[in-house]
Amino acid sequence: MNFSFTEEQTLLRDSLASYLSDHYAFEQRRAAIKSAAGWRPQVWKAFAEDLGILGATFPEDVGGLGGGPTEQLVIMEELGKALVVEPYLATVVIAGGFLQRAKPAAAGDLLGRIVAGQATFAFAYAEPQGRYCWHDLATTARKDGAGYVLNGMKAVVVGAPWASHLIVTARTGGARRDQGGVSVFIVDAKAPGVAMREYPTVDGARAAEVSFENVKLGAEALIGPEGAALPLIEAVIDEATAAVCAEACGVLRRLHEGTVDYTKQRKQFGQPISQFQVLQHRMVDMFIAFEQSVSMTYMAHVRLVEAAAERAKAVSAAKVQIGRACRFVGQNAIQLHGGMGMTDEMAIGHYFKRATMIEAQFGNTDHHLARYEGLSFGKAA
Amino acid sequence: MDLDFSPEDLKFQAEVRRFLAEAYPAHLREKSERGEAFSKEDILGWQKVLAAKGWAAPSWPVQYGGTSWTPTQKYIWSEEQARADVLSIPPFGLNMLAPVLYTFGSEEQRERFLPDILAGNVWWCQGYSEPGSGSDLASLKTRAERITGDDGKEYYLVNGQKTWTTMAQFADWGFFLVRTDPTAKPQAGISFLLIDMKSPGVTVRPIITLEGGHEVNDVFLDNVKVPVENRVYEENKGWTCAKALLQHERSGIAGVAVSKRQLEKLRGMAATEASDVGGALIDDAFFRRKLAELEIDLTALEFTELRTLAGESSGEGPGPESSILKIKGTEIQQRLTELTLEAAGHYGAPHLLGLPHNAAAIGPVEARGAAGEYFNTRKTSIYGGSNEIQRNIIAKMVLGL
Repeated sequence: MNFSFTEEQTLLRDSLASYLSDHYAFEQRRAAIKSAAGWRPQVWKAFAEDLGILGATFPEDVGGLGGGPTEQLVIMEELGKALVVEPYLATVVIAGGFLQRAKPAAAGDLLGRIVAGQATFAFAYAEPQGRYCWHDLATTARKDGAGYVLNGMKAVVVGAPWASHLIVTARTGGARRDQGGVSVFIVDAKAPGVAMREYPTVDGARAAEVSFENVKLGAEALIGPEGAALPLIEAVIDEATAAVCAEACGVLRRLHEGTVDYTKQRKQFGQPISQFQVLQHRMVDMFIAFEQSVSMTYMAHVRLVEAAAERAKAVSAAKVQIGRACRFVGQNAIQLHGGMGMTDEMAIGHYFKRATMIEAQFGNTDHHLARYEGLSFGKAA
Repeated sequence: MDLDFSPEDLKFQAEVRRFLAEAYPAHLREKSERGEAFSKEDILGWQKVLAAKGWAAPSWPVQYGGTSWTPTQKYIWSEEQARADVLSIPPFGLNMLAPVLYTFGSEEQRERFLPDILAGNVWWCQGYSEPGSGSDLASLKTRAERITGDDGKEYYLVNGQKTWTTMAQFADWGFFLVRTDPTAKPQAGISFLLIDMKSPGVTVRPIITLEGGHEVNDVFLDNVKVPVENRVYEENKGWTCAKALLQHERSGIAGVAVSKRQLEKLRGMAATEASDVGGALIDDAFFRRKLAELEIDLTALEFTELRTLAGESSGEGPGPESSILKIKGTEIQQRLTELTLEAAGHYGAPHLLGLPHNAAAIGPVEARGAAGEYFNTRKTSIYGGSNEIQRNIIAKMVLGL
């Protein structure tokens, strides 16, 4: 049993933290997310070339550094601290997760391009009617010779406006909510028939409603088994959920520390408001929620390698903890900042917004509680 | 970062399992199954078995009879004890006094007291709280004045009252905080005394708690003569001992292993008790949700404890962060008893103490004593520094407020 980070992992954390403090300060981020593009390709270039984080978790034969879940945890936590919007999660964790497992004809090449910073991804999995049910799919991929024809519509595809490629879940068989008949495809974001209605998200990223109209896909676009990809999708979404938990740890740390600092400076009734016991105990409860979130995030990451049921149970348990902590710590951070917490100019509100979106990302607290119950107690009679 | 037990750890786990299965006396197991309280002889008898194996005090330094177990081995030890439902030895001698003695005690004191503590020959109690000083421990008033006895030897004459003294009815000896300098600042005038409970002037009076049990007592000290050589560490430096004592055995404070076992029992109960709408209680959407939340929170506690242990083994020491373990650990213990009582339904009501000893049992076995446990467990967020005091500690020591 071991809960410590290696020297290399600490170095990775330090170099990323140092880069972000120089290039991703609050005002720099604010300007970038308001720009036309909404992100900074030069930051992505630095991730690839100067920091090497895009390949940190990939095997060496595709140009990676051979890391694993712990490296993912370290990177995501630092990205969370700086509220990084660039599509690390969709590109490295999600597309990387699919490509490493599925090894389609194009995977080796695409993984190399991810590591080099040349390919960015968005994950088109959610549909307007499906909420958090990943196999509720109206999007279809109809067999067409050796390839497929894709039709349908995906909801809130985060990072789609920046993506060179999309990972798309679609039905190659079965009825809308069947677990069978689900497949995964790589789609060129600029392919004929792909249309995007782009918009900003409340937490500073960009997303799009993506529609597919008779998009022609070659046979090599299929990742994983045709019609039986749900276990693969669940595995990758579990990894992505764990990654979001790690990001949340970074966000929660800033929310908590920012609040402690602010209450030490803010004076009312002739003393710093940090002197009031009612506020102290609130901040202790925020601290406990944060610490418990870190613990559960570690727990989820060390269990990512276990069999599907154990992995899923661990990830859902962690997401429940993180979802609650995001709400409790986020709301109280605003409350303790008073009126200042309501302003756009203070960083605290931006952390609160990201924390709030994390609550629902890949399923909210109720979703993961129900999933956990099913896994721990069996289906209710 | 990984969760794997090394091959040595797995071997150790197997050895512990085998030992507990073979060595734990059957009559103690039967007593627990009947819901009966353990006697002093039961508890010390089991400690003697552990001492013979060399496992009575895993955390002590090896030179005094401890083990050189790694934090992982200690973790395995507490997990396996809970798993096997063996009784837990009260901490007063082994885990509270002993570290004070081997840290601050004189060579004579170590030689005189540690072997009997280890062997389970002597029962110790802790004389800290007073009627007027609960969470504000340093306000204690029990007075100890230096006198010269008729035999020409130096003594402390002790007068005062201690309260909430757990298991004092069994105690042979007690360690007491007393005021030796009433003029100094509260923390600066306290000394740490070892008192023979058979000394003239010591009176123990039971306090019956709301569930009807007798765990705690008032201890009256009326002109009790205590030899000066029974003072541990310097005069007026007792607060240093008291503080160090509070830092010890933080690793066990969360009670994770026992709570995991309790949860397992509660799950078993929920699978057999009926719900209002047919089927088992575990299929009731509301109960199921509470159980899931509790299980998740217990996992969070477990991993927070494991992180603390990992920090300890890398030399960081148990910091004030371990107050988190006290707060969350006791909350979870309380929620477990709360849900067990809920699961008991109607059969939460029968009072076990109202029945003759050999009467036929009433209601399902899991429900027996559920209310008593629930009432009794309210103490956990009050004792050992109330959970509000723990929040003050974190605010001051960790958050710098």
